[in-house]
Amino acid sequence: MEELFGGFSLGLFIWQAILFIALVLLLKKFAWKPILDSVNDREEGIKNALDAAEKAKLEMQNLQADNQKLLQEARAERETMLKEARDMKSKMIEDAKDEAKTAAGKLIEQAQAAIETEKKAAIAELKSQVASLSIEIAEKVMREELSNKDKQVKLVESMLGEAKLN
Amino acid sequence: MRVKTYLKSITLFLFLLTFMSYGQEGHTEEQLLEGTKTDKEAEIKEYILHHLKDSYDFGLYSYTTDQEETKHIGFPLPVILWDNGLKVFLSSKFHHGEEVAEVGGNYYKVYHSKIYKVDGRNGEINEDEHHHATNEKPLDFSITKNVVLIFTVFAILFFMFNRMAKAYKNNNGLPKGIGRILEPIVLYVRDEIAIPNIGEKHYKKYMSYLLTVFFFVWVVNLFGLTPIGMNVTNNIAVTLCLALITYIITTFSGNKNYWKHIFWMPGVPVPMKIILAPIELLGTFIKPFALMIRLYANITAGHIVLMSIIGMMFIFNNWIGSSLSFVLAFVLAILELLVAVLQAYIFTVLSALYFGMAVEEHHDEAH
Repeated sequence: MEELFGGFSLGLFIWQAILFIALVLLLKKFAWKPILDSVNDREEGIKNALDAAEKAKLEMQNLQADNQKLLQEARAERETMLKEARDMKSKMIEDAKDEAKTAAGKLIEQAQAAIETEKKAAIAELKSQVASLSIEIAEKVMREELSNKDKQVKLVESMLGEAKLN
Repeated sequence: MRVKTYLKSITLFLFLLTFMSYGQEGHTEEQLLEGTKTDKEAEIKEYILHHLKDSYDFGLYSYTTDQEETKHIGFPLPVILWDNGLKVFLSSKFHHGEEVAEVGGNYYKVYHSKIYKVDGRNGEINEDEHHHATNEKPLDFSITKNVVLIFTVFAILFFMFNRMAKAYKNNNGLPKGIGRILEPIVLYVRDEIAIPNIGEKHYKKYMSYLLTVFFFVWVVNLFGLTPIGMNVTNNIAVTLCLALITYIITTFSGNKNYWKHIFWMPGVPVPMKIILAPIELLGTFIKPFALMIRLYANITAGHIVLMSIIGMMFIFNNWIGSSLSFVLAFVLAILELLVAVLQAYIFTVLSALYFGMAVEEHHDEAH
């Protein structure tokens, strides 16, 4: 220890202290501050650029996702539209079919009704014609029958016979 | 790739310088070949101890002429003393410590690399029984060899980093030239030393000190391995100064939580709190003290070992022993280059760690 501090020189200590402190202060002003500032600026710049690139990448991804979404939406929309159209088509066909069916039913009904009326009319006519015919025939027969006396008697007799039976 | 090439060439350059240095020292010791082995050992020991000490002149090397006269190559440095008034003179007056210098009626003599006042031209240094000089010591603010190196490193660091900072301004915030090598190191100090130890929130205000201390210690250590052979960090005064600054910064940035952990440790029983308080308080002094000793001891030990092994080349004085010593010295010199940066790193990391402790926010029973 004594050997150690025996070599201590106050002059050297003072020179060292003055020069070293001056060096720290001078370098701080003229070297460390500008150097560290530029390095910091540069690092900040690099960091910002990287951040921007990252952001751009994210944005790109978002954009792509958006595109994808839009595409999917469009596809879904097309799908629904097609489905709607298909539905509409089948519904229209269905409706048309129903309508046709009812219309046909109605027509058939009408036709049947008409047929019924015609039939009735025809029957009625037929009846009247049959009646008049029968009368004519009866007239003719009567005339024929009554033209001969014998025959007239016979007829009366038969008729009377029938009446007797009754 | 270019940075790598730069670093390689710098490393190679510094490495070559290292060997040039010892080559020159070897030149001095060639003169010793004539002497006996013990003489040589003593001389090498003295040489190493001398090398580790600060000196008043900038000696590059010395040699002995045929006339048994020692010649010193180098240049004198100013000596500044405060002894009832400012005394400034060149160290050449001491004639490398061999003569007494007379300045304004006072006589000064260098003894064990320190200046003492003596009575007259033939004044002697008086010693007590422990071989300590009892003469009066004037206040000494001389520009010694180490101060010159501190100035040099100051200039180099300022020039280098100021240029680097300017390059950023003129080059759209990108490093240029030497900045390309230095920027990763600066960022390393920030990202691997300051932020993990101090925390994202507070690290900024300590960056100037941490960066400066890291580069200062590193460059100064590297200079210690060059041929001029100055060893700033093996002066306790230098490491004390650095450790003291770390201590002052730590103490002044200590928040409530820091002091609470020292004087009234939370989460332990009261008697333990009382026992822990003086220990923790002592710890705050021991930490920077260890910082000071670690840097000093590592650099000093490295130099002593390296120079001893180089000295062994001359003691063995044969092909096998000397070349083995050379290989060992070669490996050690590489190791010393690593130690130079390692010690700078350790000093910076520990300083950052202490600052981190001082500004640590309170967190509930997390420890």
